[in-house]
Amino acid sequence: MARIVYREIGGGAGFASLLGVLAAFIAAGLASAWYMDHYGHIVTGMTNRIVWGMPHVFAVFLIVTASGVLNIASLGSVFGRTPYKPMARLSGLLAIAFLVGGLTVLVLDLGRPDRLIVAMTEYNFKSIFAWNIILYIGFLAVVAAYLFVQMEQTMSRFAPAVGWFAFIWRLVLTTGTGSIFGWLVAREAYDAAVMAPLFIAMSLSFGLAAFLLILMAVYALTGRPLGDQLLNRLGRLLGIFAAAVLYFTALQHLTNLYAAEHGDVERFILLEGGIYTALFWVGQVVLGGLVPIALVYSPATARTRAGLAAASALVIAGGLAQLYVIIVGGQATPLVLFPGMEVQSSFQDGGIASYIPSLPEIGLGVGGVAFALAIAVVGMKVLRFLPDSLADDAVDPRYRPGSDGGEHLNPAGGVSP
Amino acid sequence: MTLTRPNPYIRPRSEAQGGPETGRRDVLRALAAGAGLALAPGVTLYAFGGPAEARPPGEPASAQVRWGLLIDVNKCADGCTKCVTACATENGWSDNGRPLTDAQWIRKVKVTDPRTKASKSVPMMCQHCAEPPCVDVCPTGASFKRADGIVLVDKHTCIGCRYCMMACPYNARSFIHEPVEDQKENVPRGKGVVESCTLCVHRVDAGRIPACVEACPAEDGGAMAFGDLNDPQSEISKRITKYASTRIRADLGTDPGVRYQNL
Ligand code: SF4
Repeated sequence: MARIVYREIGGGAGFASLLGVLAAFIAAGLASAWYMDHYGHIVTGMTNRIVWGMPHVFAVFLIVTASGVLNIASLGSVFGRTPYKPMARLSGLLAIAFLVGGLTVLVLDLGRPDRLIVAMTEYNFKSIFAWNIILYIGFLAVVAAYLFVQMEQTMSRFAPAVGWFAFIWRLVLTTGTGSIFGWLVAREAYDAAVMAPLFIAMSLSFGLAAFLLILMAVYALTGRPLGDQLLNRLGRLLGIFAAAVLYFTALQHLTNLYAAEHGDVERFILLEGGIYTALFWVGQVVLGGLVPIALVYSPATARTRAGLAAASALVIAGGLAQLYVIIVGGQATPLVLFPGMEVQSSFQDGGIASYIPSLPEIGLGVGGVAFALAIAVVGMKVLRFLPDSLADDAVDPRYRPGSDGGEHLNPAGGVSP
Repeated sequence: MTLTRPNPYIRPRSEAQGGPETGRRDVLRALAAGAGLALAPGVTLYAFGGPAEARPPGEPASAQVRWGLLIDVNKCADGCTKCVTACATENGWSDNGRPLTDAQWIRKVKVTDPRTKASKSVPMMCQHCAEPPCVDVCPTGASFKRADGIVLVDKHTCIGCRYCMMACPYNARSFIHEPVEDQKENVPRGKGVVESCTLCVHRVDAGRIPACVEACPAEDGGAMAFGDLNDPQSEISKRITKYASTRIRADLGTDPGVRYQNL
C-alpha cells in the first residue's frame, strides 16, 4: 500500500466560481438575518405558537450532521478500519464546518443575536440548552485537536487517544441535541427518551450522506482517483444507517401510540396532519428511507456513483423533512391544558397552529449550509486535508481487483502502517 | 432552587438618580443587610385590594412569602375580559389584531365538556410555578423565580432563544415579534425577548395587588383573589383550605401558584 500523500486543492477558475456561488448564498443569509433582526420576528412565519421554525430545521440538521460526518474518522481511529483512515482529516474538517454553520444559523435566529456574549458567559447548569452550548464549543476544540495530532507528524502517537475522545464527545453531543426535545415534558410530541438514540441514528445517516456527496464532488472536480470499493462500502453503510433511522422512528411512534394520552399527536402526524403527514410518509419514510436503501442494495444501482449520489441526496432531503416534522409538526398540535375537554381562546388554544416559512427564514437556513460548505472548501484549499488518491489500492492493504469490497476489512482491528 | 436577586423591574432609587455604579453598590449593601436580617413576620397577606407592606427598593424578596392567585371560575363571566384589558393597560402590551404574534400576558380560555356541553371561562396566565420548567431550561438564567414565588424574565440577559416557550405547559409566554412603543415606566419591554405575566411585581412590591385582580368586577368580592399562600391566616389560604381547588396540569408536577376553584 502506497504512502498516503495529502495535498491542498488547487485554485483556478472553477474554485473561484464555486466560492463565488457560496458567497452569494452567504450574503443572502446575512441579509435575511439582518432583516429579521431589524423588523423583528414578525416578518417570519414564526408565532408564539410555532416558536421554532425553518431556521431551527436547518440549524439542527447541520449540528446533527456535524457529529455524523465525524463518524468516518471514528471508523478509522476507533474501529480500526484501515481504508477509512485517509479520510479522517476531511471528516474532521467537515465536522467543524457543519457545526459552525449550524450554530451560526441558531445564533442569528435568536431574538437578540447581539447578546451572544451573554449566552457564552451566563450559564444555567440546569438547562440542557446551556450544556449543549458547552458541548458544541468543546466539540470544536476536540475535533481541532484531533486534526492537529493527525496533521502534525510528531503528535501522531496521540491520535488514537484523541480519536476515542472525539468519538465519545460526539455521542454525548448528539444525545444532548436530542434531549433538547426529549426533555420537554409538557410537549406530547417530544416527551420521550427515544429522542436521544433517534438523533444519534439520524446523525450517522445524514453525516455519511453529506460526506459521500462532498467526497464524490471534490474528487470529481479535482480529478483525483476515488476507489469504487471504498464507495461501495460506504454506500452499504449508508443503507444500514438509513434503516436505523427508520427503526428508531418506528420505535418513537409506537411508544407514543402505546401511551393513550399521546394519541392525538400521533393521529395528527401519522394520519391527519396534512403537510406534516405527507412530509413524514413521502418525504422521510419513502424518499428519505426506503428509496435510498433500495438504491444502495439493488444490483442495478448499487455500484454506480449516480445511484450512490442519489441515495445520499435523498437521505439529506428526507432528513430535512424529518426535522421539519419533528420541530414544526411537534409544535403545531396544541398543548393539552385541560385533558378531555374542548378549549377555545384568542390564542387558538385547542387548535392546530399554522406555519408558513418565510423567505428570510429559508434564506438564513440555506445561508448556513453555504457557510459550512465555504469553510470546508477554503479549509481544503489552505491545508492538507485531502489525500492525493483514494484509489482502492492506495487505501486498502488487502485490496484485490475484482472483489466487491464486501468482505470485512481488517477483522483484527489492526492499524495501517 | 430558588434564585434571589434584585427585582429587575424596579430600579433602586439611587440608580435612577446616581447612575449604575451607585445602584449596584446599593443593591449589594441591601443584599448584605438582608442576609443578617430577620424579616418581619408581618410581610403578609392581603387580598381584595387591602393594603400590604411595600418592599423597600433593593431589598430581596422574602422566601417566607409565596404569592399566588385563586380564581373562582364560577364567578368568571364568559365574555368578560376586564382582567385582560386591565393587564394590558397596566403593563403596556396591546392587541394589534395579530393574536398569534401579539403579546398575551393573560387570555380567556373557554373550556367545554364535550359530553355535557357545559362550559367555563378561565383566565389563563403565567402560573408562577414552584417548579417552573421555563426556569429549568433557560440557558442563561434569564428566566428566574424570585424568592417569593414570582416567575420573571430578566430583560437584560434574555437572548430570545424561546426555549422557555417550548417548555412552558401553559403557553403563557410571549415572544416580542415587533418593536414596542409606549412602554410603561415600571414595565420595561423590548423586541426580541420573551415576557409573561409578572403578577404585577411592580405593584406587589409597592404593596398593591395585581391589576387583573383589582379589575375583576364580579359580585362577592370578585372572581380573583391574590395573597400569600404561605401564610395560613391569609384570605387566599383560608379559602384554599375551605374549598376544593385545582391547579392546571397538576400531573406535570410544576406546582403552580395559581389555583382555580370550581373548574
Ligand atoms: S427566551 Fe429568554 S427567558 Fe426564555 S429561555 Fe431563552 S433566554 Fe431564557
